[in-house]
Amino acid sequence: MDSALIPEGVKRAPIWQFLLAIAVVGAVLLWGVYAMLLCWIQGLNVTNMNDNYGFALWIWADLAVIALGGGAFFSGFLKYIVGKDELKNIINYAVLIGFICYSSALLILGIDVGQPLRGWFIFWHANVHSMLTEVAFCLSCYFGVLTIEFIPLILENRQLDRVRFFHHLSHNMHGIMAIFAATGAFLSFFHQGSLGGVAGVLFGRPFGFREHVLVWPWTFFLFTWSAAACGPCFTILVTKITETIARKKLVKDNVIYLLAKISGWMLLTYIIAKTIDTWYWATTTAPSMGFTLMDFYTGNSFYGIWILILEIVICGYLPALILISKKGREHPVGLWVAVILPVIGVSLNRWVMVLQVLAIPVMPFDHWALYLPSWQEVATTLLPVCYGIILVLICYRYLPIFPQERELNPIEEPPAPSEDVAGAAEDEGEEAEVEAPDQPMEPAQA
Amino acid sequence: MKEAKEGFKKFGMVIDLDKCTGCGSCMVACMAENNVPFREDESDKLRSITWIRVYKLDNGKPFPDYDECYLPRPCQHCEGHGGHSPCVSVCPATATDYDMATGIVSQIYTRCFGCRYCMAACPYHARYFNWWDPIWPTGMEKMLSPNVSVRMRGVVEKCSFCYHRYQRARDQAYAEGRREIEEDEYQTACTQACPAGAITFGDLNNHNHAVYKLKKDPRAFRLLERLGTNTKVYYLSSRAWVRQAGDNRLADETTAAKSGH
Amino acid sequence: MLPFSFEWLWDMPHMVFHGGLHFALTVLSIGMAYCIIKAMVQTIKGGGEDHGHH
Repeated sequence: MDSALIPEGVKRAPIWQFLLAIAVVGAVLLWGVYAMLLCWIQGLNVTNMNDNYGFALWIWADLAVIALGGGAFFSGFLKYIVGKDELKNIINYAVLIGFICYSSALLILGIDVGQPLRGWFIFWHANVHSMLTEVAFCLSCYFGVLTIEFIPLILENRQLDRVRFFHHLSHNMHGIMAIFAATGAFLSFFHQGSLGGVAGVLFGRPFGFREHVLVWPWTFFLFTWSAAACGPCFTILVTKITETIARKKLVKDNVIYLLAKISGWMLLTYIIAKTIDTWYWATTTAPSMGFTLMDFYTGNSFYGIWILILEIVICGYLPALILISKKGREHPVGLWVAVILPVIGVSLNRWVMVLQVLAIPVMPFDHWALYLPSWQEVATTLLPVCYGIILVLICYRYLPIFPQERELNPIEEPPAPSEDVAGAAEDEGEEAEVEAPDQPMEPAQA
Repeated sequence: MKEAKEGFKKFGMVIDLDKCTGCGSCMVACMAENNVPFREDESDKLRSITWIRVYKLDNGKPFPDYDECYLPRPCQHCEGHGGHSPCVSVCPATATDYDMATGIVSQIYTRCFGCRYCMAACPYHARYFNWWDPIWPTGMEKMLSPNVSVRMRGVVEKCSFCYHRYQRARDQAYAEGRREIEEDEYQTACTQACPAGAITFGDLNNHNHAVYKLKKDPRAFRLLERLGTNTKVYYLSSRAWVRQAGDNRLADETTAAKSGH
Repeated sequence: MLPFSFEWLWDMPHMVFHGGLHFALTVLSIGMAYCIIKAMVQTIKGGGEDHGHH
């Protein structure tokens, strides 16, 4: 039915499977939309946030998706600035994932603020001393960059590419993509950092506060660093998940291994820096404010020292060591473990830097405050996840995201009129799967 | 960076905890004066707005050594370093400001878009979010103070040291051809309502004001002083454990402080 | 964002922050304008050359 839109030379699932997948994910998305409308119409009283927890699940989700979306800027930086040309085979997907992450972050912010219609005040009445101002400006601008990077991919759709103007536009944008990517890397450095600065500048909150270098706290650099380290892990993870669901190889191993190796070294250096930061904070910064390390990890039923062990050792050193070793990253299970752990680690780091900061009593006569999100908060957090899945499904089906897909999955059929190739492939997909498991397979859903 | 000039005021408060009985008059007066909204069910204290809140502290010891103390906590109007109080420096939309001329941290309700970063920055929980639109019991809207705007859902509010009273006093003084206001012409609602006379308010820079002398009292301390918030609310207590409860100390520091008193 | 808002100060933080911001915005707008105008010219001129895949 939609074969004319599907890229040439690749197989896609039957349209009913595709629509069914969209419908299932779309149902959850609609639940999220309903919760979002409740938040806007009834106000934030439908959440479980309170005056102790001004920041909660949403701000964590924001910080986490931005860190995970860091794969886009860092792969762009590696490809266009450093010159790792092999990464061109994964950059499209990295850009798409980045686009989803950043648009999600902006959407969540739109729900999170008490007066969304005044959102533009942050730009017009900007306080240049606020980390959040820097975040808002750089995040919006970088979302613009991601859109610019995403446009040529959309224009490469088989039908759109026939429009001469779009064809030329796409080609021209590719021509100067290095300039856009460099601007994106510049903006990303600042907004990833500023997100770290959000907690790092809070000198009234000893758990978040860090010593400064120039105007930036240490967390500024650690956040940029961790996003550059863990973002590509997320890109690899989503690529591997896509390959598993599609039941075919989409990116050659050497590309994945290269990105994994770079990620591994970034992660190792990051986690060493994070260890030094934690040690200095625990032995110097916090005691100067009257706190010992264990004050932050005792006296409540959730936040314990296990967090530091999980974040630094299990989700930091362990995957870093796997990724930097050739044997480790080229081992099928090793690679999966080594990309999942940093994703958990960076998400955990963002959680503690948002929620634990607020949970800890600062006044000696104050108490710990714990929080569980309301269903409206959970639904609105799942909303962008569903939107992301749907966008991936659509883009995978209609856009040539993976340049190596055709080479990796040749269709061994007599040449047919180009219009019918995709349709014919769909019809014969199941047979091919049964008879020749090593051959290109029918995606379960795509 | 803004700098305080000669002749600028620094309004502040000294609260004598030896006198405070924890009666809550200050809270009631504050709510009435500043049109602070409330709900039918105010049991969720993490969502109810109290610009000044009375905390109950105890020394953690069993009877007969048990001792308790009430500590009213308005916004501390932190000066920080050079006016960079924790909340002011983080507000992305310049909706809260440190006024060098008065030392008062203001909140512009119509500018605030409710990001709540200032609440995350404040270690005193002095900032409150309007989770609901204010709904007044029938007829009560006629009793609201015309000098203070009511706030809408989705914005942050906090103690303003009854800034409207300062404006009114200043207007009065100008009308009478005076450049300066007297100490008793600008007093906050909580100060006047306290039956025990525990709260003293005035210009911390003015040698003639009571707060100037009181802040130098050997019993005086400020909350979380070592964080560098540089607050303008001082507390007085003759009890060492109360003074110690004002700040966090490491185990060896606590021992040293105890032996010092 | 612009010097028209009354909070604007001609001080170093404002100049550095907004300088960086407007520099990035300028690069992006000029880049996009260049691509669009060039594509329009190419479309009007005709020229059926195929650039192939990128």
